[in-house]
Amino acid sequence: MNGAPAQEPKSEPIRLEGFGERDLYQRREKIFTRFVGGFYQRLRFFTGWPLLVGYFLVPWLQWGDRQAVLFDLPARQFHILGDTFWPQDFWLLGWLLIIAAFGLFTFTTLVGRIWCGYTCPQTVWTSIFMWCEQVTEGERHQRIRLDQAPMSLNKATRRVLKHGMWLGVAAATGLTFVGYFTPIRELTVALATLDAHPWAGFWVTFFTAATYLNAGWMREQVCIYMCPYARFQSAMFDSDTLIVSYDAARGEPRGPRKRGARPEQLGDCTDCTLCVQVCPTGIDIRNGLQYECIGCAHCIDACNQVMGKMGYPEGLIRYTTESELGGGATHWLRFRSVGYGLALLVMSAAFGYAVLARNPFEVDVLRERGELYQRQGDTITNQYRLRLLNKTQRAASLTVSADSELPLTLSLTRAVDLAPGEILDLPLTLSVPVSALATATTPATVRVCAVASGRCDAERTSFLGPSP
Amino acid sequence: MSSVWHWFVVIGTLGSLAFFLALLYGNRKASSDATTGHDFDGIEEYDNPLPMWWVWMFALSILFALGYLAWYPGLGNFDGASDWTSRDAMQRDQAAHDARFAPLYAKLAALDEASLHDSRQAMQVGRRLYLNNCATCHGVNGRGTLGFPNLTDEEWIWGSGLANVKTALNNGRQAAMPPWQAALGEQGIADVTQFVLKLSGAGHDVDAAARGATQYQSFCVACHGPEGKGNPALGAPNLTNDIWLYGGGAEQIAEGLRNGRNGRMPAFNEVLSPDQIHVLAGYVTALSREQTE
Repeated sequence: MNGAPAQEPKSEPIRLEGFGERDLYQRREKIFTRFVGGFYQRLRFFTGWPLLVGYFLVPWLQWGDRQAVLFDLPARQFHILGDTFWPQDFWLLGWLLIIAAFGLFTFTTLVGRIWCGYTCPQTVWTSIFMWCEQVTEGERHQRIRLDQAPMSLNKATRRVLKHGMWLGVAAATGLTFVGYFTPIRELTVALATLDAHPWAGFWVTFFTAATYLNAGWMREQVCIYMCPYARFQSAMFDSDTLIVSYDAARGEPRGPRKRGARPEQLGDCTDCTLCVQVCPTGIDIRNGLQYECIGCAHCIDACNQVMGKMGYPEGLIRYTTESELGGGATHWLRFRSVGYGLALLVMSAAFGYAVLARNPFEVDVLRERGELYQRQGDTITNQYRLRLLNKTQRAASLTVSADSELPLTLSLTRAVDLAPGEILDLPLTLSVPVSALATATTPATVRVCAVASGRCDAERTSFLGPSP
Repeated sequence: MSSVWHWFVVIGTLGSLAFFLALLYGNRKASSDATTGHDFDGIEEYDNPLPMWWVWMFALSILFALGYLAWYPGLGNFDGASDWTSRDAMQRDQAAHDARFAPLYAKLAALDEASLHDSRQAMQVGRRLYLNNCATCHGVNGRGTLGFPNLTDEEWIWGSGLANVKTALNNGRQAAMPPWQAALGEQGIADVTQFVLKLSGAGHDVDAAARGATQYQSFCVACHGPEGKGNPALGAPNLTNDIWLYGGGAEQIAEGLRNGRNGRMPAFNEVLSPDQIHVLAGYVTALSREQTE
């Protein structure tokens, strides 16, 4: 780029020698971000909005005569469109979370923290709150001045407006969140008429307060101090991971200059500090990769604008990799990315299969605990509790049979009708002539089949008798 | 809790809260170096400051703990200002639960025996009550076991039907087969045993049974009747069928004659409400109907 010698960013620990005692409890430094537009901010807008709209819209969708997505905790039924998931299906959620984790690993290895910068609710809601701030309190310099100014009618009005907007967004968020767990149409009416259940009221208030505090007051503190992802990013990053990076070789030594000028002794960085002013976590990207960086690309857009005005090529700060910065090429296909990707693919396929092949009903067979068997004349009987669960939203008719080496007779011969979502507890007696018993314990399988679909669920148990 | 342990808990709890506060206060400043001074193979550890809001959260947690200890029982023998007890909480929960299900039980309690049997809801509610209260002795499917009557057959020692079962549930039953060893002697017990086997139609010693018949007429007839058909009013079982509460072998019958039997069904009127007993009795009477269908 120019003849100036490349200078590595300082990576020495910052020593505060000579300052004597220092505070170990740190007041939060206020961050006033400057608004910036640009390619990546438009990209963020288009990734954030669909998610946001989806979040607010989904609880209002209806499926038949009930809410399309409803996690009914008191009834332990989780309705998603036409499907109902039961606590018995909870392992699917575990599976889903593992897939999400692998998704995170895969994308982090390849493209760094795009989750944080583009889709994380903390980032998206913080952006909304920052927009509210911008509308009510003005641009960065105006906000700084307002913050330092003594209390006045103007300041008070702007502050009240800002917090009012924040609370409005927070309340809508809280209401929507609770609306996933209790029917939102009834909840909204109940809240409006002050007739809501105290717990519904509590949770709406709780999530409103949490949103207000997180996106209004905590912001980058959540990312820096609470989020574990930032802390283990180094375990997933390698020299081919896409990161927001300052090209020190091109930029240093930094220094101010006139527009359009190209001083021989200086690099391309004009030291305008715009990249610092727009950063929502308050760091200087020119110090290299830091765990505070959420990859939001504000600094890229800001720097590109300056480069454009200076007539320099864009990309002094850009998405790049350590390999590229070192003059090499980025290796997209590498053991790590391919491995994570394969694991993600295999697990997603297995999950899809598990969901599609999910049994619509379930059978449990519990042996009588009080005694092993009963003998009545020449007949040996065993007692069981039979629990049938219809997980679907349609009535079902089920037949019960038993597979065993023994010629078992069932007490239940007719088909059992189950209402949608019904759990039925039935007595089941298996009996066999004593002469048929070859051993004291014989395995037996109780099989339950749907009359309509022919699908079966089976549970293994045993048939006990006297030692022959 | 003895006063030693009371003070142990009080001092331990409040002492650790005070210790945490002191720790929080004592660590507010560090020496000028930005590292902790730990050095492992040249790797140093930053002594980064905690955010102030975190410190406030810690302090507020301690404040919350103090409020909690003042309001709820926690500090040794101190009951707390609210006088909260887990027993009261359980009773409140129970009352709320009862209030919630009262309309359902009221609806089911209005049904007669046949309607109870036909109501799927009554049968499922009854089965849950049965599994919680009766299954321990009578088995999950009501088939009973040695010493605990089978509820699925047609034999009802204390009488069949909803009213009789409700009486048994409300007041319990106390059977009293007296011991006859002193009155009959070993020979007499052996003879009566053979006669009882004869009554039920099982194989027996004809001579001994004939001797036993005389003694049966003087000792057993009062409760079990001249033909051995039993008496539901007294809870005396029918001896003429193949159903035996304590086993139908000669040895088990002789044991009953020798030492008596004292079967006891506990009363459930303090455990279950009248409406619950009605529904439960409906379920129990349905068990034998199912069998005879």
